[in-house]
Amino acid sequence: MPTVSFRVDGVDHTLDVDVRTTVLDLLRERLGNTAPKKGCDHGQCGSCTVLLDGRRHLTCLALAVSYDGAEVVTAAGLGEGHADGLHPVADAFLRNDAFQCGYCTPGQVCSAVGMLDELREGHPSHVTEDLDAEVDPDDDELRERMSGNLCRCGAYVGILAAVRECVASGGEA
Amino acid sequence: MSDEPQQRPTRPIDVRSVGREHVRVDGRAKVTGTAPYAVEHDLGELLGRELPLLHLWLVTSRIAKGRIESVDASRALAHPGVVHVVDHTNAPRLQGDDEPELLVLQTPRVSFRNEIVAVVAAESLEAAREGAALVDVTYAEEPFSAELTDSTPTYKPDSVNPSMPTDTEEGDVDAAIAAAEVLVEETYRTPFEHNNPMEPHAAMAVWEDDPGGGSRLTMYDSTQGVHGVRSAFAPMLGLEPEQVRVLAPNVGGGFGSKGVPHAPEMAVALTARALPGRAVKLAVTRQQMFSLTGYRTATFSHFRLGADDEGRLQALEHRVVEQTSRLKEYAEQTASPTRMMYAGPNRRTSHRLAMLDVAVPSWMRAPGEMPGAYAQEVAIDDLAVRCGLDPVTLRERNEPEIDPDTGKPFHDRRLVECLRRGAERFGWADRPSEPRSRQEGEWWVGTGVAASSYPMMAMPGNTCRVEALHGGRLAVSIGAVDIGTGAWTVLTQIAADALGCPTEAVVLRIGDSDLPSASVAGGSSGTSSWGSAIVAAAQAFREEHGEAPEVGAVTTAAAEENPEKERYAMHSFGAVFAEARVHRWTGEVRVPRLLGVYSVGRVVNPTTARSQLLGGLTMGLSAALFEEGWRDPRFGHTVTQDLATYHVAAHADVQRLEAEWLDEADTVATPMGSRGIGEIGIVGSPAAVVNAVFHATGVRVRDLPVTPDKLVGQL
Ligand code: FES
Ligand code: FES
Repeated sequence: MPTVSFRVDGVDHTLDVDVRTTVLDLLRERLGNTAPKKGCDHGQCGSCTVLLDGRRHLTCLALAVSYDGAEVVTAAGLGEGHADGLHPVADAFLRNDAFQCGYCTPGQVCSAVGMLDELREGHPSHVTEDLDAEVDPDDDELRERMSGNLCRCGAYVGILAAVRECVASGGEA
Repeated sequence: MSDEPQQRPTRPIDVRSVGREHVRVDGRAKVTGTAPYAVEHDLGELLGRELPLLHLWLVTSRIAKGRIESVDASRALAHPGVVHVVDHTNAPRLQGDDEPELLVLQTPRVSFRNEIVAVVAAESLEAAREGAALVDVTYAEEPFSAELTDSTPTYKPDSVNPSMPTDTEEGDVDAAIAAAEVLVEETYRTPFEHNNPMEPHAAMAVWEDDPGGGSRLTMYDSTQGVHGVRSAFAPMLGLEPEQVRVLAPNVGGGFGSKGVPHAPEMAVALTARALPGRAVKLAVTRQQMFSLTGYRTATFSHFRLGADDEGRLQALEHRVVEQTSRLKEYAEQTASPTRMMYAGPNRRTSHRLAMLDVAVPSWMRAPGEMPGAYAQEVAIDDLAVRCGLDPVTLRERNEPEIDPDTGKPFHDRRLVECLRRGAERFGWADRPSEPRSRQEGEWWVGTGVAASSYPMMAMPGNTCRVEALHGGRLAVSIGAVDIGTGAWTVLTQIAADALGCPTEAVVLRIGDSDLPSASVAGGSSGTSSWGSAIVAAAQAFREEHGEAPEVGAVTTAAAEENPEKERYAMHSFGAVFAEARVHRWTGEVRVPRLLGVYSVGRVVNPTTARSQLLGGLTMGLSAALFEEGWRDPRFGHTVTQDLATYHVAAHADVQRLEAEWLDEADTVATPMGSRGIGEIGIVGSPAAVVNAVFHATGVRVRDLPVTPDKLVGQL
C-alpha cells in the first residue's frame, strides 16, 4: 500500500492507504474526521466539500494517492485562530439559521469560505455579465456560486443571508 | 418519588421562551461539522469496550421478479479484507410476517429490481464495495409488470394511509355535474418523487450475546423514530423491546422516508446478529436509496368540478389512480384534501391502486396532501378561468361552513385571512385578469395562487420524565428525534416554559429508545405530541415536588387528550402566491417570488419555524419544476437514480422566498398553542407555481413537473 501524508486541520498525518481510498473516506474512516459528509459519493451534492490547498474541493471524487502532501481544512478546523473558535462564516450560518438538519452544512460553510476567496480574486461565474469588470457580488452571483452545494432541507434563503453578510463585512473569511 | 407514567390533563403553558426566536441549541455543532450522524458514532465508546468495526455493502437484485437460483460468494470472500457474506441461505432467521419489507434475506424470492440479495462485511469500505461486485448471483426470472399507465388494472384497497376510508360519496354527483353551468373535467398527474434526504439512510449496530443468556442489539440509526424501529425490530429478532436500543441524536433529514424502518436497517441488524461482538455499519448509496428507502407514488387525479355561473361548487369528484408494490401495500391518501377543503353538496372521492412488481413506496412529505392538493388547486384555477373569476374570490366563495368531510365545525379555519393577507403582501390586486398579458423582454410574466391545508395530528404513546439534577438543573427526557426540524431547541423552550425555568436550566435528552417512549417525527405531529407529554410531566413534577425539588426528584407522565378536540375538525391552512417567468424561446421557468402565509397555531420558535416553512416551499418549488423519477418498465427500476439526473432545487433556483404566519394560539390543539408546521409548506406551493405559469403564458400544464418540453413551441 502506498504511503501518503496529509495535513488536516493543522495536524500532520502519514498513513498507508488502499489506492481505492478517496480523500473523503480517508478523512472520515481513517482519520475519524466526519465534518465532511458523504451525500452522494459522486460529485453531485457538495456535502464533502473541504478546503484543499486553500481551494474548495469535492473530496469524494479525489483519490487520496493523487493528493499526497495536501493541506486540508474541514469545517471542524476552520475556527482555528478565530474568536471563540468559530469561523465568521460558520457564525453567520448559525445566526441566520442557514440550515436545518445540518448534514449539508459543513460542506456549505467550506464552500462559502472558498467562494468568498474566489470573489476577492475576481473570478467570474456563469452569471457574470462583464468578464473584465470587477465582479458585483449581488444575490444572483452568490446563489450561482453556491449552487454546487445541494440542501434538501431547503435552507438556501438562510444560506444566502449568511453569505451576503460575510460579503458585506469585507469578506473577512 | 414516583416513576410510574400517569395520564394527566394539561393546562396551557405561560409562554416566555415559546414564541421567541431562539438560536438552535445544536447549531454550533452543526455548523462546525462536529455533530455525529448515524455512521459517525463510536459504538465501542458508547458501550465502554473495544469493538472491531466492519463496513457493509449491499448486493441488490438484477431482476425485477423471480427466484435466486444460486449465490456464489467465493470470489468475494477471496478478496482481501472481506470477512463475511450474508445471503438468504445463511442469514439468521427472522420471525413474524407482518412486515414483508423488513423480511430481508429470508427467501430466494425477488419482488422488485434492486432488492437486497446479499450483504458483504469487510474490514474496509473499499473491500466491502469490491466484495459486493464479486458476489455472483444467478436468477430464474419471471414475467413482471412495472408500468403505471391509464390502462393498468387497479384494485380498491381496504383503506388509505394512515387509516382513512378509500372512497367517500355524498349527494348525487352525476346529476349535479349534468346540471352544472361551468364544468372542469381534467386529469392532473404527479410523477414518482424521491425524498432524498442529504444524509443517506444509514445505521451502525452491534449484537452482543450475554454469556449468562440473553442478547442485546444496540444501534445508531438514521431514523425519524427510535421507538418505532425498536418495536418493529425486537419481535422480528426474537428479542424483548428492552433488549434493543436505538439511538439517533442527529439525523440528516428524512421527509418521511425515515419515518418507518426500511430493509437496509434490518440488513444491518441481521448482519450484526450474524457477527456478534462486532460493530457493523452501512450507509445506503444514493443510487440504492431510489429502490430501498421509500418514495412517493406517481398519482393520476381525475377531477370533475361542476359550478353555477357564480363559481359556487355544486359537485366535486376526485378519482385517484396510483400504484403500490406487490411486496407491501402503501395507499397514498391523495383525495384527502378534496374531502375537506371546499363547500359543495355533491361530492365523491376514490382511490384505486395498481399493484406492481416495484420498490416499496412510502411516506414522503405531506403524503396525499401534496399531490392531492396539487390536483385540486390547479383544478380550482381551471374553474376560475372558466368562470371568469379571480381565483382568490372563487376560493372565498366556496368556503365551507362546516367540515364537509366529518360534519364537525372547523376550529380556527382561517384560510380566507391567509388568502387576503397574502394577496395584499404580494400585490395581487395589480394582476391582469387575462393570462399571457405581460411580457418583459424574452420572458412571459404571470402570477398564481393556491391554498394549502394540513390536518392537525397528535400521536398517542408519548411519555416524558422530569428529574431534578444538581445545580438547579432539570433533566427532561423523551425519545423524540430532531431530523432538522429544531426539536432540540423547541422542546427545550417548551420544557423551560412548562417548568417555569430558564432554557439554560433544562437538560434535554432525546434520540434514544432507552428514554421514555415517543412517537415518530412525522405527520407534522412531533412537537405537538412530544411537547404535550413534556408539559404534562413538567406540570405534574411541579405539583409533586414544588419549586425547589430535591436532587433526584422524578416525575414521569403522559398527556391526556384534550376532550374539546373531539368536537372539531382541526387543520392548519395557508395561501401560497407565486410569480413565474417563462422564457419565450426555451420554455425555461424561473420563479422570482414565492410567498406563503400560514395559520398554524402558535409558532414555538420563529427562527426554526421560518426555516421549516421555507424548506417546504422550496421542496414544493422543486416538485413544480424539476423532480421526476423515471422508471424503465422494461427493467422495473428508476433510471434517474442519482442527484445528477433526479433534479432537486439548487441554490440558484430559489429566489425571493418568504413565509409568514398569522399571530394566534390554538390551545385546544395543544397546551403550547401550536399545531404543527413540518409539511404544510410543500402543500399548495407546486400548484401556485403551475398556476403562475399558466397566467404568464396561457399554456396549461397539468402534469408535474413543468419542464420546458411541456411549454416550448406553444409560447
Ligand atoms: S459526497 Fe461528494 S459531492 Fe456528494
Ligand atoms: S441542512 Fe439539511 S440538507 Fe442542508
